[in-house]
Amino acid sequence: MTDTMSEVGRARRRKEDARLVTGRTQWTDNIQLPGMLHVAFLRSPMAHARITRVDVSAARGRPGVVAVFGGADFAAEQGSLPCAWPVTEDVVIPDHPPMAVSEVRYVGEAVACVVATDRYKAADALDAIEIDYEPLEPVLDMTEALAEGSPTVHESGNKAFTWKFAQGDIGEAFRDAPVVIDRTFVQQRLIPSAMEPRAVVAQTDGDRFTLHSATQIPHILRVMLALTTGIPEHRLRVIAPDVGGGFGSKLQVTAEEVLCLLITRRLGRPVKWTESRSEGNLTVHHGRDQLQRISVAAERDGRIRGVKVDLLADMGAYLMLVTPGVPLLGAFMYNGIYKMDAYDFTCTGVFTTKMPTDAYRGAGRPEATYAIERAMDELAVEVGLDPMEVRRRNWIKHSEFPYTTIAGLTYDSGNYEAATDRALALFGYDKLRAEQADRRDRRDPVQLGIGISTYTEMCGLAPSRVLGSLSYGAGGWEHAEVRMLPTGTVEVVTGTSPHGQGHVTAWSQIVADALGVPFEDVSVIHGDTASSHKGMDTYGSRSLAVGGIALVQACEKVREKARQVAAHLMEASADDVEFSDGRFRVRGTTTERTIQEIALATFAAHDLPEGFEPRLDAQATFDPDNFSFPHGTHLCAVEVDTETGATTIRSYVAVDDVGKVVNPLIVEGQVHGGIAQGIAQALFEEAVYDAEGNLLTTTMADYLLPSAADLPDFVTDRTETPATTNPLGVKGAGEAGTIAATPAVVNAIVDALRPYGVRDVRMPCTPERVWRTLQNRALQNRALQNRALQNRALRNEEGASA
Amino acid sequence: MIPASFDYSRPSSLDEALAVLGDAGEEAKVLAGGQSLLPLLRLRLAYPTTLVDVGRVAELRGIADHADHVFIGAMTTHHEVIRSPVVNEHCPLVALATATVADPAVRHRGTFGGSLAHADPAGDLPSVALALDMDLVARSSLGDRIIPAAEFFVDYLEPALEPGEILVGARVPKLGPGWGFHYEKFHRTAQAWATVGVAAAVRRSNGTVEEARVALTNMGPTPVRAVTVEAAVRGVAADRNGSLREAAEQAAEGADPPGDLHAQPDYRAHLARVLTHRALLAACAV
Repeated sequence: MTDTMSEVGRARRRKEDARLVTGRTQWTDNIQLPGMLHVAFLRSPMAHARITRVDVSAARGRPGVVAVFGGADFAAEQGSLPCAWPVTEDVVIPDHPPMAVSEVRYVGEAVACVVATDRYKAADALDAIEIDYEPLEPVLDMTEALAEGSPTVHESGNKAFTWKFAQGDIGEAFRDAPVVIDRTFVQQRLIPSAMEPRAVVAQTDGDRFTLHSATQIPHILRVMLALTTGIPEHRLRVIAPDVGGGFGSKLQVTAEEVLCLLITRRLGRPVKWTESRSEGNLTVHHGRDQLQRISVAAERDGRIRGVKVDLLADMGAYLMLVTPGVPLLGAFMYNGIYKMDAYDFTCTGVFTTKMPTDAYRGAGRPEATYAIERAMDELAVEVGLDPMEVRRRNWIKHSEFPYTTIAGLTYDSGNYEAATDRALALFGYDKLRAEQADRRDRRDPVQLGIGISTYTEMCGLAPSRVLGSLSYGAGGWEHAEVRMLPTGTVEVVTGTSPHGQGHVTAWSQIVADALGVPFEDVSVIHGDTASSHKGMDTYGSRSLAVGGIALVQACEKVREKARQVAAHLMEASADDVEFSDGRFRVRGTTTERTIQEIALATFAAHDLPEGFEPRLDAQATFDPDNFSFPHGTHLCAVEVDTETGATTIRSYVAVDDVGKVVNPLIVEGQVHGGIAQGIAQALFEEAVYDAEGNLLTTTMADYLLPSAADLPDFVTDRTETPATTNPLGVKGAGEAGTIAATPAVVNAIVDALRPYGVRDVRMPCTPERVWRTLQNRALQNRALQNRALQNRALRNEEGASA
Repeated sequence: MIPASFDYSRPSSLDEALAVLGDAGEEAKVLAGGQSLLPLLRLRLAYPTTLVDVGRVAELRGIADHADHVFIGAMTTHHEVIRSPVVNEHCPLVALATATVADPAVRHRGTFGGSLAHADPAGDLPSVALALDMDLVARSSLGDRIIPAAEFFVDYLEPALEPGEILVGARVPKLGPGWGFHYEKFHRTAQAWATVGVAAAVRRSNGTVEEARVALTNMGPTPVRAVTVEAAVRGVAADRNGSLREAAEQAAEGADPPGDLHAQPDYRAHLARVLTHRALLAACAV
C-alpha cells in the first residue's frame, strides 16, 4: 500500500457526528421504556450534620408518587460506593453509603428520593419530605483540617493518607544551593461540565438487570456494581449508549447508579434519573483542589539540582473510585521534561465536607505541569535568563532519548527542540518581547505578557504491572475484536468507550489500512457489556495508545487467518502469499484473491485448509509495556488591562507532538478543546463554597465556562516524533491541551505584571483578583518607599548628629 | 428543565392577551422571549400560576419611525433592533447596547420589551432606557399608560407594571444632531451579565461637552443615572486631557453596587469610574 492511499493520517470527517449533533441517537435521557418511573433525589442542604429524623409520609400522598425512600430504606443493601485505589496500606477509606443514613458530609449528598410517574411530579413531591438535621461543624480548609483540634469529617480524623516518593539525595541538592525557588500554588476546585448531564435508566425482569448510564466506564462499572450491590456480574448488563462528554466526570461509580438499580429491584419497574445542571454542579465529582508547595534548587546558571513537592490534596468527604490516586498520577510528572539529580514528593490526602474530588481531564498531570512550569518562570527571573533559555538548559535533549527521568519513568521519545523552535517561529516571540519592552517603557495601562509551557504527560494508561505497583485495583490492558462478515465488511468490537472522541472514525481508519477494506465498510460496536464483553474503557488518553494497539493486533490475526485460506485456495504456500491493499497475491504471479473473497469463502466453508476453523475473526488484548509521552510547547500572549484587571488572550500557539496521527481533524479538535479547558482553569472556572460549606457556583451564571466568543483563534501545529513503544507510534492527544494551557496563560499574566512587583496571581485570574493583586502591590510598594524614605531620613539625622 | 406546574396560554392578539392576563390573577407572568424567565422557572425561583406567551401577538412586534421618537415594540427581538436602520439612525445607543447582549442565539429569541419588563439592573437595556429618557408604554383593559424610564425600574426585578398590564413598547426620543453615544460593557464572558455597564450619550459643541446623559448597569437594585457625572462633565473639554477622567471619578456617587462572585462592591465602584471615563471618551469620539 502506498502512503497516498493510507487511511491513517487522513483528516476524515467523523462518521458518528451526524447523529450525535442532531440528537437523533440514543442519549440515555432519550430512552423511554414501558411503565418507566422517574426518580428525583432530595439532597442535603447541610455541609455536615447528623440526620435525626426522616419523615417521607406526606410525600407518599402527593400526585403521581409511587414510592418514597430515605437512607434507612436502603441501609441493609446499599453497601458502600467503591474506592478502587487504596494508595497506601493505611489509607482511610470511610464507609460511603449511596444514600446518607445517619450523617451527611457535603451539601448535595442524597438523603431521600421520590419515585413518580413523571419527573415533574417527582420533583414537586420532594418539598413534602421532612428531614431534621443536627448541625455539625463543617470542615472546609485543608490546612485547618489537619490542625490539632479541628472538627473532623469522619471519626478517624481528616487525614486520608500520606504518600511519599523520593529519588536521589534531596538534602544534598538543596544544601548550599545557589538558587532556591519556593512557591505555593493553589489548584482551585473545578467542576467538570460535560455537555450531556449524567443520566441513568435501570430495569430488571426480576432475574437480569440492565443499567443504561451516561458513563465512560461500562465495563469497570459492571464489575464494581456487581461487587457493591450483590447483583451477580453475569446477570448484570451495563450499557453506555451515546455519551456526550465526560472529561473524567463519568469515570465513576455514582450513588445514583447504585440507587437506581436498588429502586428498580425494589419496585420491579424501570426507572430513570437525569440530573439537572445545578444538581450536577453539586454532585458530579469535582476536580483539582490541591495546595502545592514546590521548591526548586538550582545553580546560578539555571540548571536544576532537585525538586521537592509537598501537596495537600482535597479528597472531599469520601474517597470515590480513584480519588486518592489522582494526585499520584502527577507524582511522576513534577520533574516535567527536565533533568535533575534529586526529587522528593509527598502528598497528603485531606477530608473536607465538600463534594468528593476525582479524575478530571489530565488528572494529577495538569496540576504537576502547572507547578513546575510556573516554577520554571520564577527560576528564570531569579537567575536573570529568558524563560525559554532556562528551560533549554534543563530539558532532555533529543539525542538523549530514551531517557529515564528522576521520577523513574522512561520517556521513549521526544524532541523538545523541534516543537519549541516551531512554536517560537509561529508565535513571533522576539517581536512580542520587543513590544512588551516598549509597553513597559511607555507605562502603557495595557501591559503585554508572554507565557511559556513546555510540557510532557504520561498517557496510554497503563501497564498493568505499574498499576499493580501503585496499588490500583485493576489492570491497564485493552481489548478488541475484529470480525470479517460474509459480505466482506468488518465489524469491530472495542473495549474502549467513546464519549465524544471519535473512536468509530479512527478505528475505521486503522482497520481500513490493516485489512485493506474501504473506510465505509467498517462499523464499531462499543459500550455494551453484552456485545462488548471485555474492556477497560476510556480515560487517561488511553484509547488509541492501548485500545488502538489491541485493534491492530486483532487485525493482524484476522489477516493471517485470511492468508491461510487464500494460500489454500490459490494452491500456494502461505509463505509465498503477499498481502497489500486488500489483496492476497502469490509472489511473482498475477494470481490473487481479495480479502472480501476470502471472507465469503470462509463463510461458505466449502473448501478450507485442513483443520481450519471457519471463522475470520479474532480477538486481542494488549497490555502496554510503558506509558506514552506526548509533549509540546505552548506559547500565550496576553494583554492585561491594569485599570480593570481584565486579561485578553491576544495570541496562542500550540505545537504538540502526539506521535503518529491517525486523524488530524480529531487531534485538532482534541487540542482545541483541551486548550479551551486549560484556559478556563486559568481565567474562569472555580467551584466556590461559602463559610458554611454551601456551594455558591450551582449555575452557569456563577460557574463561568468560556464559549467560543471568549477565546482567541488558536494557532496549532504538530511535530511528529513517533512513540517507540507501540506499533502505531501513537501517544495520545486527549489531555495535552488541558495540561499545557493553564500554566502558559498564568505565566503570561504574571509576566505582564512583573514590573508592578507581582510574582503570582492565584487562579482563576479573574479581573477582580488581578486588580486586587495590583492594588496590594501598589500599597506594599508605597510602604516600601515610605520605609526607604524614613531610613534615609534617619541616616541623614544620624549623619548630621555624628 | 423541571419547573413547577403552571397554566399556559398563547393568545394571538393583544386584546386576547389582556383578557387572559386579567383573568389569571396576580401570579400570572407574561412570557416574551423566555431568555430570563425560563431560567427562573427552571431553577424554581419563580412560581407563576399562569404563563401568558405573547410570542404570537404580532401587534407587539416592530419598529416605527415617528416625528420626535422611535417606537420599538416590546416583542421586537434584539436581533431585529440591532439590524433596524431606523434604530441605528435615530437611537444608535439602543443598537450599540443590544449588540452586547449575550450571543446570537439569545439575541434571536430575547426581546426588547422582555428585557425592560424583567427590570434586571444587570441587563443592558434598562440603563439605556434611563439614559435616553425613554417613555415606556403599558396597556391594560383601562387603556395605555405612559411610564417614564426614571419611574419604571422600581426595584430589583420589579418594574412599575400593574397586574393585568402588558408592556407594549417604548418611545425612544430622537435626540437630534450633535450627540455621540457609547455603551461600555464589562463582563467576564460573552454570556455573562454585565459586571458593570455604562450607557453614555454626549452632546458636544466646539470641543466642549454641552450635555451628557450617563446611566449605569448593575450598580444597584435598579439602573442608576449618574447625575453627578452628568453635572461635572457639562462644559468641560471633550478631549483626553483629563477633565473627562476627573468627571468620571464621581461615577459611583449615589450608587449601591451589589457584591457577588464576579465583583465585590468596591471593585464595581472602581469599574464604574474607569468605564464611565472610557464611555465618555468614546461618546465624544476622542
